[in-house]
Amino acid sequence: MDRFLFLTLDGLSRGAVYAAFALALVLIWRAGRIVNFAQGAMAVAAAYVAYSVTAATGSYWLGFGAALLAGLLLGAVVDLAVMRLVDHRSPLNPVIVALGLVLLIQAVLGMVYGNEYLPAQAPFSRTAMTVGGTAVLSPYDLFVFATVGVVVAALVWIFTRTAIGLRMRAAAFAPEVSRLLGVNVGGMLTLGWALASGVGALAGMLVIPTELGVHPHAMDLVFVTAFTAAVIGGLDSPPGAVVGGLGVGLLLSYVSGYAGGDLIPLAVLALLLTVLLLRPGGLFAAVTARRV
Amino acid sequence: MSGDLLTVETLAAGYGPVPVLHDVDLRVPTGTIAAVIGANGAGKTTLLRTLSGMLRPTSGRILLDGRDLRGTPVEQLVRRGVAHVPEGRGVIGELTVEENLRLGALWRRDRADAARALDEIYELFAPLATRRRHLGHQLSGGERQMLALGRALVGRPRLLLLDEPSLGLAPRVVAQTMALLRRLRDDTGLTVLLVEQNVRSALAVADQGIVMSLGRVVLAAPAARLRDDADLRHAYLGF
Amino acid sequence: MSATRASAPPARAAAVESTRPGWTVPTLLRHLVVAAGVALLVLAASYQLDSFRNFQLATVAAYLCATAGLTVLTGLCGQLSLGHGALMATGAYALALTQNAFADRGLTAGGWLIVSLMVAVLATVVVGAVVGVAAARLRGPYLAGLTLAVAVVVPALTVTFDGVFNGEQGLGVPMAPAPERLGVYFPHERWQLWIAAAATLLCLVLLANLVRSRYGRSFRAVRDDEVAARLAGIHVARTQVIAFVVSAASAGLGGALLAVLAQSVSPGAFGLTLSLFLLMAVVIGGLGRLAGAVWGAFLLVVLPDLTHSLTNLFTLSPAAAQRLEGNLPLAIFGSTLIVVMIAAPGGVQGLLSRLARALRARWPVGRS
Repeated sequence: MDRFLFLTLDGLSRGAVYAAFALALVLIWRAGRIVNFAQGAMAVAAAYVAYSVTAATGSYWLGFGAALLAGLLLGAVVDLAVMRLVDHRSPLNPVIVALGLVLLIQAVLGMVYGNEYLPAQAPFSRTAMTVGGTAVLSPYDLFVFATVGVVVAALVWIFTRTAIGLRMRAAAFAPEVSRLLGVNVGGMLTLGWALASGVGALAGMLVIPTELGVHPHAMDLVFVTAFTAAVIGGLDSPPGAVVGGLGVGLLLSYVSGYAGGDLIPLAVLALLLTVLLLRPGGLFAAVTARRV
Repeated sequence: MSGDLLTVETLAAGYGPVPVLHDVDLRVPTGTIAAVIGANGAGKTTLLRTLSGMLRPTSGRILLDGRDLRGTPVEQLVRRGVAHVPEGRGVIGELTVEENLRLGALWRRDRADAARALDEIYELFAPLATRRRHLGHQLSGGERQMLALGRALVGRPRLLLLDEPSLGLAPRVVAQTMALLRRLRDDTGLTVLLVEQNVRSALAVADQGIVMSLGRVVLAAPAARLRDDADLRHAYLGF
Repeated sequence: MSATRASAPPARAAAVESTRPGWTVPTLLRHLVVAAGVALLVLAASYQLDSFRNFQLATVAAYLCATAGLTVLTGLCGQLSLGHGALMATGAYALALTQNAFADRGLTAGGWLIVSLMVAVLATVVVGAVVGVAAARLRGPYLAGLTLAVAVVVPALTVTFDGVFNGEQGLGVPMAPAPERLGVYFPHERWQLWIAAAATLLCLVLLANLVRSRYGRSFRAVRDDEVAARLAGIHVARTQVIAFVVSAASAGLGGALLAVLAQSVSPGAFGLTLSLFLLMAVVIGGLGRLAGAVWGAFLLVVLPDLTHSLTNLFTLSPAAAQRLEGNLPLAIFGSTLIVVMIAAPGGVQGLLSRLARALRARWPVGRS
């Protein structure tokens, strides 16, 4: 029972990160009908920025801030310099371009930093605290929950309570009408990319210290996992992404705790395959996403 | 009130290599209602899309109050005082009534007046006030019409472009809409350019009738003449 | 539905083919003649080139199987696959396991390699069918996401089941030397080129025939408009599964040939990067054209070689040189992919065709 409790809490902490990363995917999907396959590579790039800043200043938090800023900027640059130029009439094109970005970003990171795992510092202890003899959460887990909670709350606030959020939603739902109403649709799209990439960078910063460290490929499996979470949520639904992320985190924690950590990749693939075959629209889809 | 608010000179436009509008000339005096009428495919919607900048003209000029509109990005048009209610009304179904309306005034710097304008719209269209939190796609056709008009008016435009306001609506609602346009013209000096297939309703409210056929303006005449002169009506409108 | 399709008389199809002036030769025969010509060229080249170039050419042949397969799938049938690296891994590991099993039983004769290659193709067909059945129900980003998951996860399985696949270390592939009839000093690389070229040419002839057949037309119809294809009596899902399986089989053969060439397999060689490389090769070569697949396969081999020569021009610390050498090809591939998609979605082959058309327009043939 103790073990079950521990795995549950650990899974939720893991899931919070997947939720944040899935949220980043959903944001771009809603804004521009693109699944950003470069999200993982972009998040890793931000994590390397954090690594450099922390190494130069000795401060984790300066690095953390730099990663968020780098994420925001990178998102805007990718939209303006690359995605805006792509012919979107075939849905294959943006996907292929995003994959080109993956190659390019990972290669540049490899050239600058090398293809080895670099240590990633955690700002708080990762040792679980014990309550009444039962290991529960580590201070780092609490940090993850708090950060993801703040991000989700901030996104909800931006999108439902602010004028810019209203513009972003309008631009995504009805670009042409929005332009007639004076909304700078292109600007909103860029802002959406920046926000999403910032959230992705944050998720990367949270997950990388719990894995092997910073590496150009550090987010590959995280990306696939978060994509699975987003698909479970329906790709279109931010609450769905959060629930999907937490669910996938829990499931993987149980798989790794009861069956072995080696099985995680296989479990992710099996889960994705099952969801896509049984409920391709996701469990929370607001509109049917996939129809000819 | 003097002069023409909107002047179009030798305007041509089209989709890619396919020309749709040829040599279109028209003037809409300030504070009047002009109705563009004509059969399907006459280029009416294309004309509106060109006026609001969604389609780039291949030649000709569009003057608003004497200033050329060409090169003004679509999203800047509201700031010049032009509101365009597009084909199908363009109510955003995923947003609430209130959000749709707020969107119409988001560009305005004067927040206090924008809030006043919003209240005025709720007074003008009382049914919308009771449905503020409803989503756009939950509304009836008549309510959508109110929302689309309200969203255009909340920005206090000088020129209102309307694409087929009568489409798909009950005759009673069409009559209400036309009456409202007349009231706005008389009370606030609003200038309206509306495109209509429903010729009778349009001419009942318009000051000027502009008949289009195959991408050209074939006749621009006082609406009263088109209404009353059976020969003219028969020659250009077929009834 | 399928009945309508099946009843399309073959005679009519032949008539359509024969309306093209000057091409009355049956398709299969024409492809065989071209293949024989290429085979002769490769044979001549294998004696002219040094061992290293022979090896490189053999590698091109191995990649060509995979890029041609991917061209059929993505270019002709309109399905994106980011998982072809994983399918190559399937073929490679199946070949390694079979060769090892033969070696354990003392079956070391060269002929057993043919059986191993067939087992490798079969294994990939099975895996391809599983993924393909799922893929046929998916579109756009969902399909891309699923195949990406396959590309990331399958290489990781070699570690999960390291009892069979020996983890990151991988497996060795025992290979019989070239037949003694060819002489004692016959270079091993030449023999490898012969094997790879023979297998690849066979694969290409089959693919080229498929592309020109009823199935090929169904592929294109499904790609261009699924609804219209369905209305025309084409069973869309079945067509897509067939395309995926054919494509997987080619990729499996390519992977198996790579294993034969390297005489070992390890998961590192078949990661996500390989899958992206293949896609990139196909896109740059020109989606939908088998000739484009050839360009792509050459690029995959030549570009790393070029960047190697390039880095040698600079004096760098060994560590920096290694980083640059490992990553420069990726960077070039990545940026080329982006630029090609933005500037010339038709790829190299598309550019060449456009150029040829432009030249013909300027100097019309037969003008007096």
